[in-house]
Amino acid sequence: MGETRSAGRLIVDQQTRPYLPPYLKLRHDAGRDRWVLLAPERILSPDQTAVAVLQLCDGKRTVEEIAALLAKEYSAPVEVIKTDVLDLLQGLADKGYIKG
Amino acid sequence: MSEELRTNGHCQTVSVDDEPTAGVVGSESATAALCARAPVGLLAELTHRCPLQCSYCSNPIELERVNNELTTEEWCSVMTQAGEMGILQVHLSGGEPTARKDLEAIVSAASEAGLYSNLITAAVTLKYDRLEDLKKRGLDHVQISFQDVDAANAERIGGYPGATQKKLDVARWVTEMGLPLTINAPIHRQNIHNVGRYIDLAMELGAQRLEIAHVQYYGWAFLNRAALIPTYEQTIQSIDLVENARERLKGVLTIDMVVPDYYAKRPKPCMGGWGKGFMNITPAGKVLPCHAAETIKHLKFDNVRERPLLDIWLNSDAFNAFRGTDWMKEPCRSCAFREIDFGGCRCQAMAMTGDPRNTDPACALSPYHGEMVALAKAEAAKPATPFIYRNPRNAQAALKPADERPLVPAE
Repeated sequence: MGETRSAGRLIVDQQTRPYLPPYLKLRHDAGRDRWVLLAPERILSPDQTAVAVLQLCDGKRTVEEIAALLAKEYSAPVEVIKTDVLDLLQGLADKGYIKG
Repeated sequence: MSEELRTNGHCQTVSVDDEPTAGVVGSESATAALCARAPVGLLAELTHRCPLQCSYCSNPIELERVNNELTTEEWCSVMTQAGEMGILQVHLSGGEPTARKDLEAIVSAASEAGLYSNLITAAVTLKYDRLEDLKKRGLDHVQISFQDVDAANAERIGGYPGATQKKLDVARWVTEMGLPLTINAPIHRQNIHNVGRYIDLAMELGAQRLEIAHVQYYGWAFLNRAALIPTYEQTIQSIDLVENARERLKGVLTIDMVVPDYYAKRPKPCMGGWGKGFMNITPAGKVLPCHAAETIKHLKFDNVRERPLLDIWLNSDAFNAFRGTDWMKEPCRSCAFREIDFGGCRCQAMAMTGDPRNTDPACALSPYHGEMVALAKAEAAKPATPFIYRNPRNAQAALKPADERPLVPAE
């Protein structure tokens, strides 16, 4: 079984260790001064917050740890951040763009 | 009735990225200003050679000869220029792109240019070692077509005995190597009963993505329409089936669908707008706004051998012919949807009404719409005609003056 095999729908929770599958490329589109997430036949433009979250999704950190890091960096309440991160990641997981 | 067909909001053709560049704001530099206006997607038709002979092939009837194909250096230069002008994704297609012995060099050039590369292949001649090498060179994604899920019927449709087992082998190598896999399912009246089984096949092969691509009636498919067009009822059934599967397989399999617009009420926003987010390069280097654009005979297309790609995109007559909304006639000109569907498809307007500036007859507001639907329904109700297979001999015969007359507008 290869690493791109689908295992079923991922339900993202606090203990999930999210990562971008190898076939996605998060890169800066210099000409248009924005970040893009390149996928098969898709181009997504994540906003600044989404980029900050995606850059922390390394398959080692849990969602809880990612939320804590962002809360510290942006001096924001961790519970609010956690809810946002869970929403964002579940949405991306349902499109097949986040694994865990 | 399905929401999808009613609004036609889905319409990505096989290789269009889902985000046109309109409205993207660039930063201050001169390069950025150009990039902001550049397309995001490039379809590179590396060759028209193909071991298959599918009667719905999207290539033009007049197939390009081998000795007119761009050289390795010319294709590599295209990749470099594409990266520099801000293109993000390249679709390496054909014909059969693996028929080019220098595909490796082209993939390397695409990768070095920072392009997300997609190999669109029939897979019957692709060997394991070659695929592994392409992956090492930076290939990002592989798309394999299956003419049907039933081997015998698939091989009759493609005109290539033994194709199915080879395709299954390559699909398994793709996922074993950790590359993402798309299964492309060209749907028409002779395999539409198997849409559900295509979904099972995609799951079994571990694909990330499945394209249920109802045949679009241009070029070869237009010629073979009576052999291919499904009934309205079959079409609706297949769409409902896909919509249910999408819900069930959320997060597991992405299913994209292109429906036959003969039964739609609103036209598809073809290519996301002419010259807006996408370009196509033929095997001989002609740069087109879409792969069927050469059917509009009065347009002149520039060649990458003679002019830089960015200059062609920004300034060529063909790209500017139907850009924006100024070229429109009524009912498009004053329509509230003119910036949403751009009047549909220029090539379909050309093929069916004789004037590319007319509203696409797929639109219910077109005076030709009633006749288009009637034509589709009448053809679908009769037994399928025999295939005119896509090969050089049939191309020659088909290029002789056709007795196909343009439609007459409704009273």
